[in-house]
Amino acid sequence: MSAYVLQQILNGLTLGSLYALVAIGFSMIYSIVRLINFAHGDIAMVGAFATLGLVAVDAPWPLTIATVLLTGGLAGITIEAVVFRSMRGAPQVTGFIATLAVSVVIQNTGIMIFSGQPRNFLFPSVMRERVALGPVTISLTDITIVTMTIVLLAILLILVKRTRLGIGMRAAAENLQVARLMGININRTIMAAFALGSAMAAIAGLMWGGRFGQIDPLFGFIPGLKAFVASVIGGVGSLGGAVLGGYVLGLSEVLFVGLMPSEYSGYRDAFVFFLLILILLVLPNGLLGRSAEERA
Amino acid sequence: MANPHTAARLGPAQEAGTWASKLPGLILLVAGAVVIAAMQVYFNDYILTLASIVLLNVMLATSLSLTNGLTGLFSLGHPAFMTVGGYVAAILTYPARRKGFMMPDLPESVAVQEWSLLPSLLAGGLGAVVLALLVGFPVLRLRGHYLAVATLGLIIIVKTLVNNLDGYTRGGLGLNGLPQLTNLWWVYGWTALTVWACWRIKHSSLGRAMMAIRENEMAASCMGISVVRVRMTAFVLGAFFAGIAGGLMAHLITVITPGTYSILLAFNLIVMIVIGGTGSLTGAVVAAIGLSLLSEFLRPVEEAIELYGMSQVILALMLLLMLIYRPRGLFGSSEPRWRWPVWGKRQ
Repeated sequence: MSAYVLQQILNGLTLGSLYALVAIGFSMIYSIVRLINFAHGDIAMVGAFATLGLVAVDAPWPLTIATVLLTGGLAGITIEAVVFRSMRGAPQVTGFIATLAVSVVIQNTGIMIFSGQPRNFLFPSVMRERVALGPVTISLTDITIVTMTIVLLAILLILVKRTRLGIGMRAAAENLQVARLMGININRTIMAAFALGSAMAAIAGLMWGGRFGQIDPLFGFIPGLKAFVASVIGGVGSLGGAVLGGYVLGLSEVLFVGLMPSEYSGYRDAFVFFLLILILLVLPNGLLGRSAEERA
Repeated sequence: MANPHTAARLGPAQEAGTWASKLPGLILLVAGAVVIAAMQVYFNDYILTLASIVLLNVMLATSLSLTNGLTGLFSLGHPAFMTVGGYVAAILTYPARRKGFMMPDLPESVAVQEWSLLPSLLAGGLGAVVLALLVGFPVLRLRGHYLAVATLGLIIIVKTLVNNLDGYTRGGLGLNGLPQLTNLWWVYGWTALTVWACWRIKHSSLGRAMMAIRENEMAASCMGISVVRVRMTAFVLGAFFAGIAGGLMAHLITVITPGTYSILLAFNLIVMIVIGGTGSLTGAVVAAIGLSLLSEFLRPVEEAIELYGMSQVILALMLLLMLIYRPRGLFGSSEPRWRWPVWGKRQ
């Protein structure tokens, strides 16, 4: 394999990590409340804007990370408590419409506060230096993105598999009513899913901003939709599937742009959503998902 | 097996053949025409264009109501269908002598054409139908929630294609200087036709089948309704009218760009049919008129206080409040009761 292809694979892994971070929250929320959260990508935007000031003054990174996790978690909890809790038990379509409305509110509130102009979002210059890694180079930002994703996913895995909260979440995903009968506090479980998922999305937003150098109030929506595509590829509702789908999508998107003749690179977004329709046609349950009948 | 669509013809559909039952509709049609004739005498171009846009929103909302309201699907695809319909119609009506340098890649057989409005609109509508069939085939077999994202994706796919196929579409520049063929009468005629068609469908056995699927998919399929086929019919019909509306709009504002019909438009249409009541055509009409006027009045306010985005936030909050406190919308799924003095008592 040439260095060029390796370089593209590396770029794909970085993008895939970001998709995986957003997609896992998406899937977590979906698996419990059967809600496609269109506002999930906008939480990423909120995360990036929450740290705009901190990044601009080169604040110490633990502070930035803590801020972004906290903001994301709080945003998720607020949305859940204010909007979605009052709609629990409503038809599924009502929930979709509501998440779309929340997304529009978040985006346009962002425009009202920050205006629609893109803003520079630059990590300290040491983060942007490229390190040689054999035949390829990688920036510290990209290394951070990949390692942070792995660390966060490991923490999440332990949380979901080992703690009471995680077991409650998995029970609620299996069957909300039965879980409630078993004495699981459903409200707290759903809130935790929103908080965790949104915190992950927010940190993805921070990293997205740092990697591409610019943010604007609408930048989260398309990555949010792509994260949904990722979770469909992996199987909607499966956490492992979301991560796998994130990497598959990230790699195939970057390789599509990198390996096809350059006049096709404009079709990047069309390629991703065409992939979605193709997956729905041939593999509607995704790579790791269960059949639609079981998912009810 | 007997076609379930012909099995149960109930209520309004039975009376529909008689003159007396058509009278109220005709009276409404004539009354609307009188209002429009009067408007053309007394109002300026700005008001007339505004009225056309309001009517186009009525057309779009009622046609989306067929898919999202009656059948209970959640499609956001209207802007994609409008873009396809708009571009097809625009390319067909475009002055042939200017096509050569504006759209160099068009095949010779298309480049020499210069159609009038009606056939171009129909061609645009057909283009939207083909697209709807292509997308509906994989997606409508699955559970509802995939349709929302697939149609959102469709908006992005169509936008990307139009942006990149610049030999046919002039890419991001869009097609400007279209002949202004649409006027208020055209829009009024198509809107009336759309509302009438949706009304007749709602009160036919096909409409009952749609509502049965919305209420309980499994029960509907046990009754012998072919769920996929009815869904597809609703989706494709909605797409057809959206394609027509896209063409009408393009020839009204004389320009079409890849971003003219955006995701935000889909959202605004959703707000209209939810506030009107999912499945209520009267509701869709009333809400489309009300909300179009509201955003038209909010826009200058927004510009005056330089708080861009405010009108969208207001719309979205209205929608959320409606979903929380009155999820059935203004009129629920029914047509309001005061219709019977106008439309004749039914059932």
